[in-house]
Amino acid sequence: MFSNILIYFVVIPVLMLAGLAVCRNIKQIRAVAVTGSLALTALSIYLLVEYLALHAADPAAPMHFLGQWDWFKPLHIQLAVGVDGISVAMIILSSIILLTGSFASWKIDPMPKEFFLWLILLSVGVFGFFISIDLFTMFMFYEVALIPMYLLIGVWGSGNKNYSAMKLTLMLMGGSAFLMLGLIGIYYHSAENPADLTWNILKISENASISTGWQYFLFPMTFVGFGVLGAMFPFHTWSPDGHASAPTAVSMLHAGVLMKLGGYGCFRVAIYLMPQAANDLAWIFLILTGISVVYGAFSACVQTDLKYINAYSSVSHCGLVIFAILMLNTTAMTGAIMQMLSHGLMTALFFALIGMIYGRTHTRDITKMGGLMKIMPFLSVCYVIAGFASLGLPGLSGFVAEMTIFVGSFEHADMFHRVFTIVACCSIVITAVYILRVVGKLLLGPVQDEHHLALTDATWWERTATVTLIISVAAIGCFPNFFANLIRWTFTPEIFSVIGMN
Amino acid sequence: MEATIPVLILAIPLFMFLFLGLLGKYMTHKLAGILGTAGMGLTLVLAYYTAYLYFFSGAPEFVNEANDRLQFIVFNQDWLQFYDKLIIRIGFLLDPISAMMLVVITTISFMVHLYSNGYMRDHHGVYEHGFQRFYAFLSLFSFSMLGLVVATNIFQMYIFWELVGASSYLLIGFYYIKPSAVSASKKAFIVTRFADLGFLIGILILSYYTGTFNFTELTSMNVASDTYQVSLSAAEHIKNIFSTSAAPVFLGGSVLTWALVLIFMGGMGKSAMMPLHIWLPDAMEGPTPVSALIHAATMVVAGVYLVARLFPLYLMEEVSLTIVTVVGALTALYAAMVACTQIDIKRVLAFSTISQIAFMMVSLGVARPDFHEGLGYMASMFHLFTHAMFKALLFLGAGALIHAVGSNDYTAMHGLRKYMPITNITFLIGCLAIAGIIPFAGFFSKDEILSACLGNSMIAYLWMSMVAGLTAFYMFRLYYLIFWWKEHKVHEGHHAPKDQPWTMTLPLIILAAVSCVAGFIPFGNLVSWDGKPYDFMAHFDWSVAAVSLAVAIVAILLATKMYIKENPLPEKMRNALPALWKWCHHRFYWDELYMFITHKIIFGVICRPIAWFDRHIIDGTMDGFAYVTNKASYAIRGLQSGKVQMYVWIYLIGVLLLGVITALCLI
Repeated sequence: MFSNILIYFVVIPVLMLAGLAVCRNIKQIRAVAVTGSLALTALSIYLLVEYLALHAADPAAPMHFLGQWDWFKPLHIQLAVGVDGISVAMIILSSIILLTGSFASWKIDPMPKEFFLWLILLSVGVFGFFISIDLFTMFMFYEVALIPMYLLIGVWGSGNKNYSAMKLTLMLMGGSAFLMLGLIGIYYHSAENPADLTWNILKISENASISTGWQYFLFPMTFVGFGVLGAMFPFHTWSPDGHASAPTAVSMLHAGVLMKLGGYGCFRVAIYLMPQAANDLAWIFLILTGISVVYGAFSACVQTDLKYINAYSSVSHCGLVIFAILMLNTTAMTGAIMQMLSHGLMTALFFALIGMIYGRTHTRDITKMGGLMKIMPFLSVCYVIAGFASLGLPGLSGFVAEMTIFVGSFEHADMFHRVFTIVACCSIVITAVYILRVVGKLLLGPVQDEHHLALTDATWWERTATVTLIISVAAIGCFPNFFANLIRWTFTPEIFSVIGMN
Repeated sequence: MEATIPVLILAIPLFMFLFLGLLGKYMTHKLAGILGTAGMGLTLVLAYYTAYLYFFSGAPEFVNEANDRLQFIVFNQDWLQFYDKLIIRIGFLLDPISAMMLVVITTISFMVHLYSNGYMRDHHGVYEHGFQRFYAFLSLFSFSMLGLVVATNIFQMYIFWELVGASSYLLIGFYYIKPSAVSASKKAFIVTRFADLGFLIGILILSYYTGTFNFTELTSMNVASDTYQVSLSAAEHIKNIFSTSAAPVFLGGSVLTWALVLIFMGGMGKSAMMPLHIWLPDAMEGPTPVSALIHAATMVVAGVYLVARLFPLYLMEEVSLTIVTVVGALTALYAAMVACTQIDIKRVLAFSTISQIAFMMVSLGVARPDFHEGLGYMASMFHLFTHAMFKALLFLGAGALIHAVGSNDYTAMHGLRKYMPITNITFLIGCLAIAGIIPFAGFFSKDEILSACLGNSMIAYLWMSMVAGLTAFYMFRLYYLIFWWKEHKVHEGHHAPKDQPWTMTLPLIILAAVSCVAGFIPFGNLVSWDGKPYDFMAHFDWSVAAVSLAVAIVAILLATKMYIKENPLPEKMRNALPALWKWCHHRFYWDELYMFITHKIIFGVICRPIAWFDRHIIDGTMDGFAYVTNKASYAIRGLQSGKVQMYVWIYLIGVLLLGVITALCLI
């Protein structure tokens, strides 16, 4: 079991938990958090290298590093792991965000130990989710990732934190309820013969035994279940309140990684296992997500709280992820995964910066701040870069992801897809409006509050966090083909063979 | 041709951007200025050398046996693959117009780099705050603009198109403490972004139907390349897609027309064509050298360059060229009229730029291969070239004036000719050039544009001649109001305005010299729409030239009469046509209209209601669920009170009810 590299993505966080449990002061806690997340980052990069080698050797295999161990035989529950290009990309994303999140919570107060314990437990769930290919363990890790959120927001949050924590948890749990029903339904239709029932995604996909009728029932269940976490309209309202109350690192992990669980699940479970229903029912969700792309952007235009702006911007950007997944062709889906990477990194950057600014000015209201460029040039420049990434400036990650999505979506020649693609394209203008509005009000212009003049610029750990994220964003933006290929390999023709798409 | 030099042309400015941007604060201002200027100087040399090789070396990759100029792809690197054939590449395309643009961009950019060493200081020689940042942004802009013109495919062009937009945003907002600069930069970015939406959709349509982004395939021009061979069938294929009767049609127009019009929309945004021109006058909030580089000579002509680049495609759709012509003609007149009434000298120049770019657009719009072998195309590029030189000269001159006087308004200038002789002479040369007086550069290029118009339609010719007359008028109005009119008392004494340091006057002198001689460049031999050399003088129409010269001279004389000395004539004219003057002075209220649309409609009718809807309806529903659950559990929790008597009562009532129901059923 421990010969499989993937297991270590769960083992390391568990070791970190053990390490944290014996820590006595903040320095040790930091040491454990940073060492552990550095180890995870190194491991994920090693995984990438190994994956590339394995893929080169056997390009046809859908997944690599496969492994399975029985967990509960009577129900065929296994711990089954395996990764393809998409999971590798997501694992790298998660480890980078965990690393930068640890730096961003350098001065977390009070109860740093407990904070990091919950944060690392959350990351156990995240990594476990991305390496699993067994629906049951996948769901279990999914829940492991969700529950700590309640405490992290409820205890370390700010503002109306009890309400937000409760709302976020309840809405996501509501999604989980649908999801669980859907997954159990999939299990019972995973094979013709009751003795062969399985939770294993690869086998279910191979068997392709879910009848069309059941697909119509189970697809919306799983898709909406994951879609809630992907902030799909109209189930997105937990996001603004939740992010607004959450502490910095939690916002980063939540928007950067957890929301990706939604998009990843939509693809890996809902579409991968039930392509027929996905093809037939996509239009319903295309309308919803097409709306949410512009709807979120328009909402962001009039918000005054930095975190609300970013939360609505996430609604818009994550809407684009699901929108693109539903296009059901290689180009758009590649774009969707790239958008997940891109959004994860840049939104984490945004939330990190917002946390740093909030930590200094003690307000997130953009009408109460101004001219921060003069006071904290480093943070401000980073904010402008994050803004540029968000509005899709070439050279940063947002552009390549969005363009891949638009080109892919345009492959559908019918009027319905065309109209919604063009509606989604309009978001590039609206995004520019709200990003530049924030930049103009918050960073540029004269200093609004005299007290702010005494504030200091970023400390070294803050610089580490932001610079790491900026480099990642720029790496995707400057060398997109590497990432696009990594992702595109996964969309083998077999995935689309069922519905006869390209 | 080796790829080393072309790579360096792009890499040096990019490196300077990163170098000055990241390490600028650790070096002195002076060093940053020198390094930035030196980097650009090196780029200039390399670009000149490349252009020289392209035009004059006669190498087989640049010209074929028939002496036609070819398109040569120096390198073409895959950047992002969408599907099999649809790949964004970052490459370097050499052809007549890109070689010409290399020269234009590096020349103006170098002049501006040099000039800014003097301009970005105050009178005591103290450098402005953010001087290194300024040079970093200038380098970023130069990189983006160079990348734009050498694009081998339309998506590369779009990428750099966005990058020039961003560097323009950064440079307009350079004085970020000033709220007006901040809002101007925001406006410029958002307006051009809106136009780029059209550009993007146009690209998507075009690439969907043709399956390629490459210019060489799209326009099927003469191609030579070792690395990249275009089969003729690909080009034929594209022609067939759109020319068969089965070609897709959308809302009455062919798909190609829609694609071209949408792409032109992107060009309208960048080139400030009406109604997307409103950002350019405000963009003058940036430092003046920036206005000279970006908002006069290079970035704003990107739209013209785009249409020229896709010209063979535009030729396939008559409608799209008509739209280009009409938009150009309306903009030219509008901007010229507004320019007559502005007080801020940079705004006069900004409107003049809009008007001159519109000339180039019209010229492309009226160009047809059957009239003088596409004279309009050549004229447009020629005017682009000469305009870049003399408009940069005028802007840099204006910068020298503003620097000396400390204000943008001509009301603070008047009578400066004695104090700033070099600026005076060079500015006058610029005015003569733009007015189209022989032998200055503008005469030749403008005259060819008018000839091309005449070849297309009489209306276009008369219209554009009128605008040319207005051009001469408003430029000389400006000239006289700055350098003549009346003497200002404030100019006496210790702080009298004087010519600026050599870093600022040298670029003026060089550009003035170029403006004097650029008209004699045998441009037709170098640039023509199909690469075939083109005898310039054979197509020169002396009657058109004489008429346009006469119009210009009359307009200048009129301006002289009105503005050389303080007199009541302008006041009288204004009072004679108050409504017209008011509309022109307020730029036909376009800004007010846009303010209404964005603030009242977009924010008031769309954004705020959506935000309200989200908070109160969508979120309200979610909270409603929670509320109902909460209330319901409150309502029924009394049942779990723990009082045994109560449970017994409920039990008895239940038994009773069941008994009654059973009894009823039995009966």
